[in-house]
Amino acid sequence: MISVENLSKKYAVRHQASRRGGYRRLSEELWNAAKAPFTALFKQPTPSANDARAVSSHSEDFWALDDVSFDVQRGEVVGIIGRNGAGKSTLLKILSQITEPTKGRVRLRGRVASLLEVGTGFHPELTGRENTFLYGAILGMSKEEVRRKFDEIVAFAEIDKFVDTPVKRYSSGMYMRLAFSVAAQLEPDILLVDEVLAVGDSAFQKKCLGKMKSVTGEGRTVLFVSHNMAAIESLCSRCLLLDRGSKDCEGRPDDVIRRYMGLSNAACSGAVDFGPETRERFGPREFAVLHRLGMNDGAGNPLRTVRMGESVEVRLDVEFKQSGPGFEIGIAVVNMHGVSLHYFVSPWEGLHEVSSPGLKTIEVQIPAIYLFPGSYFLSVWVKRQGSGYDDAVHEALGFDVEEAALTAYPNYFARYSHNSQVYSPSHWRFVEQSRLC
Amino acid sequence: MDELILEHGRAERHYWRDLWRYRELFYILAWRDISVRYKQTVMGVAWAIIQPLLTIFVMTIVFGTVAKLPSEGNAPYSILVFAAMLPWQFFSTSLASASQSLVGNANLISKVYFPRMIIPAGAVISSFIDFLVSFVILIALMVWFRFWPTWRLVLLPLFMAFALFAAIGPGLLITALNVKYRDFRYVIPFLIQFGLYASPVGFSSSLIRERFGDSVFAIYSLNPMVGVIDGFRWAILGGEISIYWPGFLVSCVIVALFLACGLWYFRKTEKSFADII
Repeated sequence: MISVENLSKKYAVRHQASRRGGYRRLSEELWNAAKAPFTALFKQPTPSANDARAVSSHSEDFWALDDVSFDVQRGEVVGIIGRNGAGKSTLLKILSQITEPTKGRVRLRGRVASLLEVGTGFHPELTGRENTFLYGAILGMSKEEVRRKFDEIVAFAEIDKFVDTPVKRYSSGMYMRLAFSVAAQLEPDILLVDEVLAVGDSAFQKKCLGKMKSVTGEGRTVLFVSHNMAAIESLCSRCLLLDRGSKDCEGRPDDVIRRYMGLSNAACSGAVDFGPETRERFGPREFAVLHRLGMNDGAGNPLRTVRMGESVEVRLDVEFKQSGPGFEIGIAVVNMHGVSLHYFVSPWEGLHEVSSPGLKTIEVQIPAIYLFPGSYFLSVWVKRQGSGYDDAVHEALGFDVEEAALTAYPNYFARYSHNSQVYSPSHWRFVEQSRLC
Repeated sequence: MDELILEHGRAERHYWRDLWRYRELFYILAWRDISVRYKQTVMGVAWAIIQPLLTIFVMTIVFGTVAKLPSEGNAPYSILVFAAMLPWQFFSTSLASASQSLVGNANLISKVYFPRMIIPAGAVISSFIDFLVSFVILIALMVWFRFWPTWRLVLLPLFMAFALFAAIGPGLLITALNVKYRDFRYVIPFLIQFGLYASPVGFSSSLIRERFGDSVFAIYSLNPMVGVIDGFRWAILGGEISIYWPGFLVSCVIVALFLACGLWYFRKTEKSFADII
């Protein structure tokens, strides 16, 4: 059904323009063109600056996908996982024809549809009925086809009473349900799914997962990109791991997920040493160099799994090349989606001065980890206040959080960990009637 | 089951076939633009009528009554202005809405594949619908002044098609430039403002020809709207109005040139739209 051969996609990254998107300003271009002859005249021709344009728009090639090959058989559900920037979205973009590959080719047999971000192309002023036809056309259905399936779409979305209401008056749940039902009626041979199931109420999520299961039952081929490992494990028959644009491995979902968790620098040991092979490392390392990051329990034993509410000690070995005030050392707790949940930053707690250069060990006490059960990473950085990262490692160390009885009552946190990840204690009681008056 | 092969340069080779395959999306996007426009403005259709009416009123007073410029033949000055106002209004709204269309549909472009030309073309078509609506005003004006058209009116659809082509070329060009250079949109209102006075909207083009001669008029016809407007007046006003055909021919060539240039530049840049928008 899908055959991907040596697929590669190159982007030119313009360093100067990187702060906004890829578009330019005409005025800027004209100004550069106007001053180019003068710059050329007055500047000494140095190897790096002999071309005025090389200075103004230094660009670099970036391979978002690099020589990826795989095959998907009819009726297979294949999950694609990988950290942010691994090339998952680029792959889906190529498969859905939004961009062209730079090299390689893809063969697709049958109708392809993507279930991208829900509601793309919906117009708030138009009614549910009108939007159904519009969205259907955007997804590649003919008017005739939408008309035939209209009743089914409305029934599945549970919006029958509001078909002729402009969707701007819809709740976000209704809006989403309508979008999904249109897409679900598309009956494509190949379905590309990118993270839609992450939104919406849980009852509808279940319905969508059910629909996806029945879709695969009908011999449909599905490519499923997600950070939701539970969904990948339950839905997919095979899984593909992308890492920095290349295929790292493919195989049974549980094996690949385990490998993915281990891909971050040193997920399992409770400590990590930074060296030349360290991934996701940034910064010039002018003032300080990170050497080692570790997590311990209160007694100093290395920790890989933390129980909810437990205290944690993070140890950081940093080599300082300078001394003085104005240093910032930070640790972030990052979830599987790459979202930072906590920041622990040294100057906030009064530590910003380094007495003398040299290798030092810093100990950070975190009184209690209030994270829901799941997998997380620690990112770490060191910098001078007011300037960029001097040395930083993203997602340096992985750890798991386990459920624990935080309160004296049953608290089943794991059941909520799809929707929430940070716990905060609260106090509950009934207010007595007499005090209200 | 049909097989689809994606590789570098595919979209380039199947360009026109894809455009045909996505025609239904084109209709529905044009329909969306039109119905949203008429839903959003409180005055709806009334707006499409009031705006040109006020402009004719002002132009008739300024050029006809105050400056005392002559009309053509026995046509009332307001009809002379309106015969030019119709295509001009269409041209300027097409340019304005086409130039905003891609940026306004950025989420669609970055997420779904279709030939990108559908979007600016849809914007031009929805301006074309407005244009058709304004014909109601022309009929009303003609009834008011008891002005009876001649057989030439039958040829008006030809000139309408000409106006459509005249709008699509620059429309595509401006749209592509607007995606690539985001500050280009500041230039567009100026171009439109300038074009209104550079085109013979408020006065008869024969004034230019009488005063400066045929060769200057041929240069003047480099503005494609000169040909379009002269064609409209010729068809609507009838009577002894003559068209200066060499000038009209120049406008035709320019329209064709703009169309070719717009198509070429749009196709050249559209592959990268999803990456830079």
